[in-house]
Amino acid sequence: MIYTQSPLAVGLFIFFVLFVLGLSFYLARRTSSAAGYYAAGGNIHWFTNGVAFAGDYLSAASFLGICGMIATAGYDGWMYSIGYLAGWVVALFLVAEPMKRLGKYTFTDALDSKFNSKSIQLAAAISTLLVSVFYLIPQMVGAGVLVQPLLGLPHWVGVCIVGVVVTIIVATAGMASTTYVQFFKGSLLLIMSTVVVISVLTRGLSTTPVNNGLPYHDFKTLHADAALNISEPGYLLTAGLDSEFGKAGFIKLSKDGEESIWQLVKTETGYQLEETLFETKRADGTKSFNGAAKEDGKFFPVGHIKELRINGEEVATTGPMGPFAYLSALKDSTIVLWGKKYVQDGDSTVAIFYQKPTPGARVLRPGLKFKVDNATGTEKFNFISLMLALFCGTAALPHILIRYYTVPSQAAARKSTIVAIAAIGFFYVLTLFLGMGAMTNGVINLTDNNMSAPLLALSFGVVLFAVISSLAFATVLGTVSGLIVAASGAVAHDLMDNFLGMHMTDAGKVRAGKIVAIIVGCIAIYLGIIFEGMNVSFLVGWAFAVAASANLPAILMLLFWKKTTAKGIASSVIVGLASSLGLILISPDMWVRYGYLPADAPVSFNSPALISIPLSFIALVVVSLLTQKDLVLEDSTEAAGA
Amino acid sequence: MGHGPAVKLGKDNASAYKTRLGVKMFIVYTLVYAIFVATNATNPKSMQEVYLGQTAAVLWGFGLIGLALVMAIIYNNLCTKAEITMNS
Repeated sequence: MIYTQSPLAVGLFIFFVLFVLGLSFYLARRTSSAAGYYAAGGNIHWFTNGVAFAGDYLSAASFLGICGMIATAGYDGWMYSIGYLAGWVVALFLVAEPMKRLGKYTFTDALDSKFNSKSIQLAAAISTLLVSVFYLIPQMVGAGVLVQPLLGLPHWVGVCIVGVVVTIIVATAGMASTTYVQFFKGSLLLIMSTVVVISVLTRGLSTTPVNNGLPYHDFKTLHADAALNISEPGYLLTAGLDSEFGKAGFIKLSKDGEESIWQLVKTETGYQLEETLFETKRADGTKSFNGAAKEDGKFFPVGHIKELRINGEEVATTGPMGPFAYLSALKDSTIVLWGKKYVQDGDSTVAIFYQKPTPGARVLRPGLKFKVDNATGTEKFNFISLMLALFCGTAALPHILIRYYTVPSQAAARKSTIVAIAAIGFFYVLTLFLGMGAMTNGVINLTDNNMSAPLLALSFGVVLFAVISSLAFATVLGTVSGLIVAASGAVAHDLMDNFLGMHMTDAGKVRAGKIVAIIVGCIAIYLGIIFEGMNVSFLVGWAFAVAASANLPAILMLLFWKKTTAKGIASSVIVGLASSLGLILISPDMWVRYGYLPADAPVSFNSPALISIPLSFIALVVVSLLTQKDLVLEDSTEAAGA
Repeated sequence: MGHGPAVKLGKDNASAYKTRLGVKMFIVYTLVYAIFVATNATNPKSMQEVYLGQTAAVLWGFGLIGLALVMAIIYNNLCTKAEITMNS
């Protein structure tokens, strides 16, 4: 409907895939040792590593998910950017240097550095695996979403392409190839996103957006009296006030055999009827868009300003603007957002998208997605819990933590984190303009807002779209390869070598890592296919909550509380993991996926971090205090061995 | 056991100083972030008020991102100075 395949996009995509594969085979010669495979030999320059951090971190959720969320829900989408960036402060001030000092190849190494405990090795390896898999699913789903418009291929083909390419990247050169792929991807993402934002600001704002030379759809307004007699001739009422549509605030009309749904707005004399968009899902699983097939293009891209004001005066267009003037003008204007309601029409379910003109100042403050205005206790809990998970999750993500082992010193670990903060912070500033640009440039596909950033690029021409889409695909490639390295290290190094005591040779460790990478790659492909249609940002938020609950309390207490014991750390990881996963599985959002009503879920909140993180801390403190004897024994063993 | 750094690290006498500094700076940033989250949760309408031509929410967002970078640079400068002084 909205997409067209571009040979240029396909060409760029193939070029990038061949480039990263070539790079991986070239670097494979440098990764014969375990240190080379798992930690890129520990000799990556801090600047390269910092940009690679950004490449690792700016996943499909950041680039596609956040931009899409800002495009449809305004500032609330940007709250994710703010929370994700704040998480890097925890990484820099508390975790970066100790992680480098204590660990070797994996996050488990650092946790276990003082104890050599089987329970820590097992618990931390399981945690690394589970968090990596949680994070892998949305990336693979994102790959499938991207491949459909980019190459015109089905979802499962996209997932398979990413799975195979990434497995080759990781299995050939491990962390070395992953690092350089991330470096190139991170750099290009920053540069090209800046180009799109400059284009957005140069175009300025307009009440009649132009999308790649195509005029914006003129959404009609009709009028009717109290008995629903339509003022414009030719329209027949097919579902009135007493129908399911009427009960939801809509009516269904027919003109020249074409059906349309209209939103009712009550006036003094009758009704004003606003045109809507609607997606009908029939009982047999087939779908229609505005009553027609997808290819007919009747489901229009949306996003426009209703009243554009500059210094209090209403204007039609602004011309080029600076970034602050752009936001200021949006704040003073009225922007048309889109609400969504479901209506059951016989055997079919109709999703109706209706216009919601909203003051710009309201869009540029929280509350459109997160229920913070007149919120209940549960709604406030959900919001605070999510912001806590975003803040604490970054410094606990295994694929981020292992990047500290690729640099030569603690100072380099610190400096690379600062480069990451600068790069990621800059990108997150850009997301606000990318999202608001999509919101006002008539490019949003209401059935899938994940494509808002690439579609915004398309509004400037197919070249920018091709580059941005290929980059978005590369974003997925890069993040997945980092996750597979983390997962393969957890199995080959933590479980096989340390926990099971298989005592492999250096070459054996590399071989084991590569075999595990291939297995994890196959699992990722399978999960990416079966989770098709799942919301990308939704799962990433959960991955952060699980990582923050299972890993961060253990890391922080190991560093800052001398009474921490091995059993305390293992308990903290297990309690954090079990409580966060358990609360997610019985949350209202999951209850809907099981086919039940969300109100019947055993717990009323969706974000577990506010409960599971404190529980993890408590478990560590209580178990550590109960096992202080072990600590005395460990100390005396160390002294004897010294 | 297979732990310890993958590359040989020199002795760092500034380690304790850097840890203390990191904790202090972490507390400062966390307090600012907590105020931001608490304000959004308890009084979201105040985020719509306009200062310097922007909503308070936008200023808070830029402020938090900018503060993270400024504090990171200050932290690095102080750590680098300490490393030069204490490790020489």
